[in-house]
Amino acid sequence: MENFTPVASTIGGIMIGLAVAGLYFFNGRILGISNITSELLKGGGSKHRIWRLVFLAGLICGGLILMAWRPEAIGTSPTSLGGLALAGLLVGFGASLGRGCTSGHGICGMSRLSIRSISATLTFMATGMLTVYIVRHVIGGAA
Amino acid sequence: MKWLTLFLSGLLFALGLGIAGMTQPEKVIAFLDITGNWDPSLMFVMGGAVGVNILLYRLTSRRPCPVYSTQFTHPRHRKITVRLIIGAAIFGAGWGLAGYCPGPALVSTASAAIPVFVFILAMLAGMLLFRITQAGHEDDDVDNISAEK
Repeated sequence: MENFTPVASTIGGIMIGLAVAGLYFFNGRILGISNITSELLKGGGSKHRIWRLVFLAGLICGGLILMAWRPEAIGTSPTSLGGLALAGLLVGFGASLGRGCTSGHGICGMSRLSIRSISATLTFMATGMLTVYIVRHVIGGAA
Repeated sequence: MKWLTLFLSGLLFALGLGIAGMTQPEKVIAFLDITGNWDPSLMFVMGGAVGVNILLYRLTSRRPCPVYSTQFTHPRHRKITVRLIIGAAIFGAGWGLAGYCPGPALVSTASAAIPVFVFILAMLAGMLLFRITQAGHEDDDVDNISAEK
């Protein structure tokens, strides 16, 4: 547990919470990244696209600020490019089928005490832990 | 002002993810690695984010409508379905494999590193694959939901 960062993680978590609360308070929108992204892939009117684009522009600007201010905050994955491609497919397809990801279910839905989101969150945490167990301790490649 | 609040929500969300450690896939994997060198930090991320929101969601819900919109959007579905659980299970497998989920991966594109773009492109492909295979079943998107309050 030498990399344990309870204070920074709590502060970051509160900022994430305020961003979610702000989007709901000002715009009535649920901050679910997979939904915001997948809706942009749809064709259709600009009315439904522009708020998502403005939000994502803010998100990317946040990433650029992190790169300038504390670049060590943006790490790299230990997984190979092939593994990342498979992981991306699973994340994109799974979040679409399950109607949400870590932000939509894990933060927004959990905060509303939605039974669906609590079930989804427990499920993806469990399969995430199982996957890491298999990759790190059964196959033993990435460790 | 409406656009500024949207932009700032995205900005604050990204900075929060970065400070919390969510944009470090190794840290995310260390959180999921409960039988290895476990790093429980992400429990604190979720605790902070959900803690703030449980309170503010309730306060906001007392308003008749959001500041810059005529209605709050709500997910319409209430039941736990097989699709929900299978989808979440598939999502979790990808999350554990890469250490990326959609938000932190998008934020990490600021590093301009190739691997995160591979992940993002595959994620978009996965979303399109779902859309192609599920044509005609798109009845429960958030945008189609009428206001409940």
